[in-house]
Amino acid sequence: MTNKQVRPAIDRDHELGLLRQMLLIRRFEEKCAELYSVTKIRGFLHLYIGEEAVSVGVMGSVAPDDGVVSTYREHGHALARGIAPGAVMAEMYGRHEGCCRGRGGSMHIFDAATRFYGGNAIVGGGIPLAAGLALADRMQGRQRLTWCFFGDGAVAEGVFHESMNIASLWRLPVVFVCENNLYAMGTAIRYAQAVTDLASKGAGYAVASEAVDGMDVLAVEAAARRATEQVRGGNGPYFLECRTYRFRAHSMFDTEQYRTKDEVEEWRKRDPITFLTSRLKEHEALDDAGLASLEGSVAEEVAAAVAFAEGGSWEPVEELTRFVCSDRSNG
Amino acid sequence: MSGETKTIRTTYREAVRMGLCEALRRDGRVFLMGEDVGRYGGCYAASKGMLEEFGPERVRDTPLSELAFTGVGIGAAMGGMRPIVEIMTVNFSLLAIDQIVNNAATILHMSGGLFNVPLVIRMATGAGRQLAAQHAHSLEGWYAHIPGIRVLVPATCEDARGMLRTALEDPDPVLIFENQTLYPMEGELRADAEAVDIDHARVMRAGEDVSIITYGASLYKALATAETLAADGIGAEVLDLRTLRPLDDTAIMASVAKTHRAVIVDEGWRSGGISAEISARITEQAFYELDAPVARVCSAEVPMPYARHLEEAALPRLETIVATVKGMVHPHG
Ligand SMILES: Cc1ncc(C[n+]2csc(CCOP(=O)(O)OP(=O)(O)O)c2C)c(N)n1
Ligand SMILES: [Mg+2]
Repeated sequence: MTNKQVRPAIDRDHELGLLRQMLLIRRFEEKCAELYSVTKIRGFLHLYIGEEAVSVGVMGSVAPDDGVVSTYREHGHALARGIAPGAVMAEMYGRHEGCCRGRGGSMHIFDAATRFYGGNAIVGGGIPLAAGLALADRMQGRQRLTWCFFGDGAVAEGVFHESMNIASLWRLPVVFVCENNLYAMGTAIRYAQAVTDLASKGAGYAVASEAVDGMDVLAVEAAARRATEQVRGGNGPYFLECRTYRFRAHSMFDTEQYRTKDEVEEWRKRDPITFLTSRLKEHEALDDAGLASLEGSVAEEVAAAVAFAEGGSWEPVEELTRFVCSDRSNG
Repeated sequence: MSGETKTIRTTYREAVRMGLCEALRRDGRVFLMGEDVGRYGGCYAASKGMLEEFGPERVRDTPLSELAFTGVGIGAAMGGMRPIVEIMTVNFSLLAIDQIVNNAATILHMSGGLFNVPLVIRMATGAGRQLAAQHAHSLEGWYAHIPGIRVLVPATCEDARGMLRTALEDPDPVLIFENQTLYPMEGELRADAEAVDIDHARVMRAGEDVSIITYGASLYKALATAETLAADGIGAEVLDLRTLRPLDDTAIMASVAKTHRAVIVDEGWRSGGISAEISARITEQAFYELDAPVARVCSAEVPMPYARHLEEAALPRLETIVATVKGMVHPHG
């Protein structure tokens, strides 16, 4: 991994900002789990807890007009991208006020303002879309990038390989961000990949690649900057493997028979939030009171999101078949 | 042979698991392959504990590579094995449909009968758990369009277990669709393993006034409908198709000839769906038996929405089936 460089001097406000974003995702999702158990949220719910440093570290390099393509484990991406927590929560409630009117739910968060092209629940399903969005930018002379998130499991799908090849062949401005949390549902990466060093896959497609410690938000941030420089320079795509871990079950139905509690505990010691908190404290950039006030403001934001979702309405059933085809009435 | 048949009370999920275990015990060529079938125990827990009994060679976790492992199953079947490929959900089978349609279904024919593909593919189907538009469709009707494959839709515990056995005896590819809402359903099952017939539909409730033709989880809506209608003095016959390809025309026409009215209930979409095929066959083969046009209750023509009230509205509902039947039996109110 290439993040062994000397730590930069502390940048207090910036790092506190990163910490707040990670805390927001963590507390938001803890709330989601709670709401799931009281059936406010239904369907499949995949938590990102443990992986926050990846989305927060990457999103800092995502320019306002860049596009983002995500997976079904996307609450962290959505919040770090700046989608209103209330709109995301309301979506999970199935409310009309949700970012997709309650039609998508947890796995299908979309947002036009931030060019967030979903929440895709077909593993690997979003990868070619990212290449296509990038192709459209290139063909229309726009300078923006497309950021594509997917898991280690998706790397086994043919579409990953086909898309990497096309993106490289056509020098498309895509950053492929692989969130390698070592498991695809209950299948450990060693049972799914003949070569578990995922970053090495880029070489076969002449795609510049690197692996980074995905539990260290500053390392992810630096890697994302390198990716940006490379791709904005017109050198074709970049493949960034972020080595991370999910602390929670795959979904709310998972009994986690496939890994040991010890393994999870080992990884919890590397909690990205604890990691950054300790760093800030060591540098006297944060004290307990500061942390408490940060937690307080995050708690308020989560509470406001829940209140927004609670106060929402149901889309009238008469609208069921809207959006199957585009509305042509005002054309 | 002992005279009495012992029955056990079990769940659909457990019935599938029993069928799988029996198959692996009975025939050394049989193995189970798919995503998370081993260490995870199956995404619907249908293969729980099987890894421990049969080991990782025969309960084989695959990478997320639907196209490849389905094709590997076809090759292994041609090579003398009897694979059971599990695809988590019918929506994901679309990543594998090339291998199913272009290889599994065609090789016997293309090779002029030289090579057959004795493969079983199982997958979950259906909606009702708020899983939204990429996890909840009922596309089994598409597969029923394809010559060269057999399509089974077990709705009962007995069929969930027994159909697998019969499917494994078939020299050609068989697809089995398990509606995901059925896994927790309880039911009775013969204790001794039995292969079941997969050629015939089954009358699940007899009636004189209308035939409700259905399959999968909709069977239980049809039975509930029949119960409701009975209170109004309407006798509904409920036919469980059990197999979508080949369709049991004889059973369908026999029921229609008896009741003179047919309602088809299908969780799939209406346009170009299996309900359209059944309706067309009734028109072709039993037109003069009909006292009313064939009716269909299908899912709304919309990708499955997440919100509970929208999903419920999109799926065939008891009230809609009841109203449809009443409109046919008493068209003037
Ligand atoms: C094509 C397809 N196959 C299977 C699934 C079921 N499934 C959902 S998530 C998942 C694991 C994916 O693992 P990974 O890509 O590593 O992402 P993670 O969940 O670890 O974030 C599986 C098998 C699916 N959604 N789509
Ligand atoms: Mg993973």
